[in-house]
Amino acid sequence: MAIELKMPALSPTMEEGTLAKWLVKEGDEVTAGDILAEIETDKATMEFEAVDEGTVSSILIQEGTDNVAVGTIIATLTGEDDDADAGAAASPPPQAEEAPQPVAEKPPAPVISQPTADPAIPEGTAMQSTTVREALRDAMAEEMRSDERVFVMGEEVAEYQGAYKVTQGLLDEFGDRRVIDTPITEYGFAGIGTGAAMGGLRPIVEFMTFNFAMQAIDHIINSAAKTNYMSGGQMRCPVVFRGPNGAAARVGAQHSQNFAPWYAGVPGLIVISPYDAADAKGLLKAAIRTTDPVVFLENELLYGRSFDVPEIDDYVLPIGKARIIREGSDVTIVSYSIGVGMALEAAETLAGEGIDAEVIDLRTIRPLDRQAVLDSLAKTNRMVVAEEGWPVCSVGSEILAICMEEGFDDLDAPVLRVTNEDVPMPYAANLEAAALVNADKIAQAARATLGR
Amino acid sequence: MAKAAKKKTPAKKRTRKKATTTPGDMIPNRERPKEPDLYQANKEELLQFYQQMLLIRRFEEKAGQLYGLGLIGGFCHLYIGQEAVAIGLQSALTPGKDSVITGYRDHGHMLAYGIDPKVIMAELTGRAAGISEGKGGSMHMFSTEHKFYGGHGIVGAQVSLGAGLAFKHKYTEDGGVCLAYFGDGAANQGQVYESFNMAELWKLPIIFVIENNQYAMGTSVNRASSEDQLYRRGESFRIPGLQIDGMDVLAVRGAAETAIEWVRGGKGPILLEMKTYRYRGHSMSDPAKYRSRDEVQSVREKSDPIERLKAELANVGVSDDEMKALDKEIRQQVNAAADFAENSPEPEPSELYTDVLVESY
Repeated sequence: MAIELKMPALSPTMEEGTLAKWLVKEGDEVTAGDILAEIETDKATMEFEAVDEGTVSSILIQEGTDNVAVGTIIATLTGEDDDADAGAAASPPPQAEEAPQPVAEKPPAPVISQPTADPAIPEGTAMQSTTVREALRDAMAEEMRSDERVFVMGEEVAEYQGAYKVTQGLLDEFGDRRVIDTPITEYGFAGIGTGAAMGGLRPIVEFMTFNFAMQAIDHIINSAAKTNYMSGGQMRCPVVFRGPNGAAARVGAQHSQNFAPWYAGVPGLIVISPYDAADAKGLLKAAIRTTDPVVFLENELLYGRSFDVPEIDDYVLPIGKARIIREGSDVTIVSYSIGVGMALEAAETLAGEGIDAEVIDLRTIRPLDRQAVLDSLAKTNRMVVAEEGWPVCSVGSEILAICMEEGFDDLDAPVLRVTNEDVPMPYAANLEAAALVNADKIAQAARATLGR
Repeated sequence: MAKAAKKKTPAKKRTRKKATTTPGDMIPNRERPKEPDLYQANKEELLQFYQQMLLIRRFEEKAGQLYGLGLIGGFCHLYIGQEAVAIGLQSALTPGKDSVITGYRDHGHMLAYGIDPKVIMAELTGRAAGISEGKGGSMHMFSTEHKFYGGHGIVGAQVSLGAGLAFKHKYTEDGGVCLAYFGDGAANQGQVYESFNMAELWKLPIIFVIENNQYAMGTSVNRASSEDQLYRRGESFRIPGLQIDGMDVLAVRGAAETAIEWVRGGKGPILLEMKTYRYRGHSMSDPAKYRSRDEVQSVREKSDPIERLKAELANVGVSDDEMKALDKEIRQQVNAAADFAENSPEPEPSELYTDVLVESY
């Protein structure tokens, strides 16, 4: 039985090539590994090796022939061990193919632990004034108490009690097995955290700031975000990457950057960026519980601010749900993280001018709560997006696109972005202030949407 | 025509000797793993090694063929020549307890774990029946059932991830060890050393394996590495290293025994440098002009891992006919895998949107 040798594809893009030279002639015996011919592709001259033993029975395409299409039969071999050795090229498709074997079992669909709405807060629930810092710590501690798989690792998280004191007290309660100081090696420990999640643990990886996570972004995106998809749903990666994000104060260009738009562009990631303490607590608990990888973007300037947190057992908030933090009817201001505070301040100013602004806190950046944005637009018909970050390809840009694509008929004015200036963060106090978004700039944009 | 591959390696009884080609460096006052011995395999084990190594070789040859036919796309990195490494090491592990992770040249490591060649080949052809349901491809295959964690395309990433798997073994005290493979090219990546540091600092149960096949794509080890004796690369982290003949499955298995004893004993990581060789290009589109044909041919003739094992088999009384019958059986198995991979359907279009996230929000 003859084995047909076909013009091989020798690169991901090759469709045809030149049969430059035959190194065998009819009647030659060949064995696996022998070079049969040289084939020129658009990139290189490649050797075409025999993969079967046999005798060259005929050469069908002469050397020097150009534009030989991939798959063209160029020669035939007579095999010595025919029945078992017929190459795939020569074997007819089997008639009775056995049923596909089941691929490795997917893990069972997880019990969805995620709430779908904010929990109802019963009348008379006590409120505890809590800093964002404490709320984040409480979220981690509660989840570590209830799930042995949860641990926290990062620079200075244990003995130093956290570079920003977010992990304060955790070492005392949970010990150094579960609260782990790492060397300053972001790429390495992000990979270790991600690998531990693949192995079945629930790591919380703290970056001292997200600026340093740039060293580790390969693991966040290539290793964590893509694993479930490229394994066909087999391999989970329930890791939380958290730490302060965005501009702090007077720390210069390399330490002042908002990465929300970077991570928000990546399918497979959850991106959360809360504003107040209750959201920080409820969303970090949800982030630790979810089976998907989460980038949890905090803000250093918010750590010390106090907000009311309801005294409810197991306060967990839904991922992917924005909230209306202030109701209004004239214009909507959409924001997240520290921008929400500025938006609320702007709304107060506007209220004094008779403008009733609604403020939406996105809370989760990916998946984005498009419906909340569109519903508010339908109500106010005017929108401003306030973002402590650069303008180009920002979260604001995405909100604008959503309004254009899905809310066009509700628009009475162009949606405006109010962001930081499009420059690296300067150090000088006056320049830094000029570079940052603030309540005045937001209020000004809101007025503009109303023609004032 | 060269007929070298048909030459028989003379059957010669090998005496028990040390498996390393270079004695490990002695650092005073620090415990070192014992020098590994050649593994004393019985006839059944030798036959098993032979069958598995031949399966990898035939599978990879077939994959190369299917690539040439356009049935496999993109990148496809073949393991031909390196078979003894995966078989020698993984035969010493406990599947389901120990974990394995590697880079993109991953077909052989999956076959070494006894994963069905059909679902591997179907992944190469991008079919729904593939082990990653057609969404991963040659470089991204996983079997969590076997604790085989891929299949990673970024050079060196699997080393940190492997340290994370080892962290999990230690954290849960499940007694497992992680085997993390990487190449001589990856051995120059920064995160490898970050991982070495933490693995030794935290005494993680991990065997780092450098598959030194001499070329990082087209760059030879000595053109890329200031210290080209790669087994020494762990020294400044106090990780002991052993250099092993990776073309000899019994030497590899012997090293695996030493390494597992060390790591399971709670002594922290160990580094194995496997001196091996890939016969094919880095990937299917690599014309491999950076080395001579003679160099490749010389390795095939002098140190082919499968030919060497044939000699061992002859020593224990396995006949040529028996070996041929085994070869025929494997060819049939591989042809069946290729037919399956060619004839099973592509993923449903709706699969495009599944498995992006696990939960719904």
